[in-house]
Amino acid sequence: MTATATPYIGSRVQRKEDPKLIKGEGIYTDDVTPPGTLHLALVRSPHAHARINKIDASAAKRQPGVVTVLTGADTAATGPLPCFITLPNLKSAKHFPIASDRARYSGDAVAVVVADSRRAAKAAAAMIEVEYEPLPVVIDARAAAAPGAPILHEELGTNIAYVYPVKGGDIDKAFREADVVIKHRIKNQRLIPNAIEPRSVVVRPDEGGGLTVWTSTQIPHFVQLITSLNLGLSQNKVRVIAPEVGGGFGSKLNVYAEELLAAFLAKTLGRPMKWTEERREGYLATIHGRDIVEDVELAAKKDGTITGLRIRGYANLGAYLQAFAPVIETVLHIFIIPGAYRIPAFDCEITGVYTNTTPTDAYRGAGRPEATYLIETTMNMLARELGIDQAEVRRRNFVPKTAFPYTTITTLAYDSGDYDQTLDKALAMADYAGFEKRRAEAKSRGMLRGIGLSSYVEICGLAPSKANHALGVGWGGYESARIRVHPTGAVQVFTGTSPHGQGHETSWSQIVADSFGISPDDIEVRHGDTFESPGMGVGTFGSRSLAVGGVAVHKAAEKLREKIKLIGAHMLEASPEDVVFEGGKVHVKGVPDKAKTFGEIVFQSYMAFNMPDGMEPGMEATYYYDPTNFTFPFGTHIAEVEIDPEVGTTKIVHYVACDDCGVQINPMIVEGQLQGGIVQGIGQALYEGAVYDDNGQLLSGSMMEYHVPTAADVPNVELSHTVTPSPVNPLGVKGIGEAGTIASTPAVVNAALDALGTLGIKTIDMPLTPERVWRAIKDATPKEVRK
Amino acid sequence: MRHAITLTINGAAKTIEVDPSQLLVELLRDTLGLTGTHVGCDTSQCGACSVMVDGRAAKSCTMLAVQADGATVITIEGFAKGGQLHPLQAAFTKEHALQCGFCTPGMIISSADLLSRTPDPSEAEIRHALAGNLCRCTGYQNIVAAVKSAAAQMRQAPAAATAEARR
Repeated sequence: MTATATPYIGSRVQRKEDPKLIKGEGIYTDDVTPPGTLHLALVRSPHAHARINKIDASAAKRQPGVVTVLTGADTAATGPLPCFITLPNLKSAKHFPIASDRARYSGDAVAVVVADSRRAAKAAAAMIEVEYEPLPVVIDARAAAAPGAPILHEELGTNIAYVYPVKGGDIDKAFREADVVIKHRIKNQRLIPNAIEPRSVVVRPDEGGGLTVWTSTQIPHFVQLITSLNLGLSQNKVRVIAPEVGGGFGSKLNVYAEELLAAFLAKTLGRPMKWTEERREGYLATIHGRDIVEDVELAAKKDGTITGLRIRGYANLGAYLQAFAPVIETVLHIFIIPGAYRIPAFDCEITGVYTNTTPTDAYRGAGRPEATYLIETTMNMLARELGIDQAEVRRRNFVPKTAFPYTTITTLAYDSGDYDQTLDKALAMADYAGFEKRRAEAKSRGMLRGIGLSSYVEICGLAPSKANHALGVGWGGYESARIRVHPTGAVQVFTGTSPHGQGHETSWSQIVADSFGISPDDIEVRHGDTFESPGMGVGTFGSRSLAVGGVAVHKAAEKLREKIKLIGAHMLEASPEDVVFEGGKVHVKGVPDKAKTFGEIVFQSYMAFNMPDGMEPGMEATYYYDPTNFTFPFGTHIAEVEIDPEVGTTKIVHYVACDDCGVQINPMIVEGQLQGGIVQGIGQALYEGAVYDDNGQLLSGSMMEYHVPTAADVPNVELSHTVTPSPVNPLGVKGIGEAGTIASTPAVVNAALDALGTLGIKTIDMPLTPERVWRAIKDATPKEVRK
Repeated sequence: MRHAITLTINGAAKTIEVDPSQLLVELLRDTLGLTGTHVGCDTSQCGACSVMVDGRAAKSCTMLAVQADGATVITIEGFAKGGQLHPLQAAFTKEHALQCGFCTPGMIISSADLLSRTPDPSEAEIRHALAGNLCRCTGYQNIVAAVKSAAAQMRQAPAAATAEARR
């Protein structure tokens, strides 16, 4: 045990996760193959909408190695897949792992093959003959909501799953009194998450009728809960392990069809089952993100002061409601649209619609990037319209530093902030003042140069349980932690969070190290195993792990810290007020030599003969932390781009960011989250987009047609930060997992529009492909000027 | 019909019977249990399956096992020598060049390929060399930094080894 007085919170501690990962020793789900494993292959509908009239599996069943082939009717006992959300009047369609009467998107499963090898299962799946009766297809949300559209779920009688309004202030007055109204249509295109590890699940039947499930998930406890409830297994008989998970970004935040199917088949056939998606299969069968079109009207005074904001939008939910889908473009989107600004009147209504496409759900940022893109591109349109500088128009509308805690027009209570400070710092980093010189220089080379700002506020730390309930989220928003200090002083931390790259093993050990005055090296953090962690862990998503789960770890550690202090005082025959606990020792105030070490005190807690009367022996604590509010990180990102008008390419030549996520536990990890997040947001701005044809075929069906940014595409980014602690939790932390993605997309598009604005181009849809930019330039150029 | 192939994997010579349609990555992962090599796509885009074949990085999902007959194959499991991390492995940790770790083995292999040919690469050369390896977590910035740092380390190491030998 290394005693230390150094605070680890705030230090760039090297990651504890890395040693095994850099040697190829990390175990991901597909690396697990219990003896006797059978493999699953799904037969998926090639039609986006079709009646399933007949399935003939006789030839497939005769293939060598094939154990069985099952259809929707054979597997209905899995029960439906869960949606955890209950919005008012939500029309929730039944969703089974295998469709039995009708396929509703290209990729909807219609049968499953079980065979003794993956190849045998795949070969047999190709031999299953399905007689489909194609039905009319609708892929666009607005079209699907219109009268006469083909209905996906006849029992609902409509494709509209929800209509969600949020209103505040006097919107009519705001528009009546406005000097200027900005109107435009904003599209956040559909994205494919592309965690580099494909989804995978392995289920092994255990002695005594239980199941062990290894799965690539962000929410092992929910997989355990649903598996247990749906299959009628006692929860203590279902062990779910999320081993190493190769990225998630929201795409592993579901209880998926294949997880339930594998569990059902392992239980009924008594053999281990395994399924690992292929990338092209994943493009169809794993959730997509975004896909919302909004008509925006912003009312403002001549000086740029916003008076009101009105929005009507349609969110494309795909063919079924996935776990969290109904909150993405409602709760997580609408409430944060006002962003960093005082907006006195607000009127927003989003309609969520079923279409014949892959279901959408949370994807990094989940509703918040769409909100930030909306408000930040609109702010720049306002600036251009009024001839006000884009930094100045933001400043004039910022919630001032003195106004916190600040209640927005959408009733969020922003915890803390200093938006001018991050803006000023970012402007200095970007040499904003010197930009026009650079624009002129670029022009001399025939290039269009632009600069774009994005000042964001996001919601992290999802969520107080009471808020969850009020907003329709069907589960609490707490997180759990248990700390066990063994008699020898060895420390184990069990967390309800389920990291997949975020470095919780490192950060959580830093938090505990500071409570105990020991080194993070002496602390082991374990996660993602429902048989080890506390009774319920909510999981890792929505930038919640630190602000909720990390604080739970801190609270559990502080409980033990207090106990250690009391036992130490007793051992020293001093009163608790007369001792201090620092540097891994409890000593009498002013007498550092009169001390008991952390190890001695822990050992005594197990010997238990020399403790305060009535104290419980042992050194173990569990804490479920339920925050009183969300947290609200913020910052400003600035992109500078050069567009080559001859070929339409957009190159990011400089990118700076100043972010404030409250107190940083490990700045190295914070920067890593930002760098990765920014590139993901650049992906939406410049490269990525899922494309369907009118028949509902996914044209961007593999990594060949869907461009995930490569190292050669993206720039280095320059980061800085300010620290405005959150008053919501004792660590003062906020969250940083999604900020980069939220901020970067509008910064890049604003920069491109700043460049294109010199040609009179006011809007452009993402992704800004060279073709799209080139066409916009051609269309904007007067014919007589064209060659 | 099965074919017997002989190859050297991470320094050990092996003769193995393989199916003619078996991919090299299937041989490594399923037959030999070398699960440090990952499969992230089915179209050769992601590079998670990269291994060294006769000194050059190859995507093992796009190569048949029989094509590796007579070859020397090094996977990520063969990179640390005698408990000593390869400079690239050490640099990836030091520069925080990995998060979920899934792409990391392939990234290290492709980086090693680059450094074997270009000991002092520019940033553009590094980014170009890694364009066939996708990472969704890091945004590549720290990966580029790690490759630079390892390159510097590796350029010094031979000099240090020579000096040691002269003493």
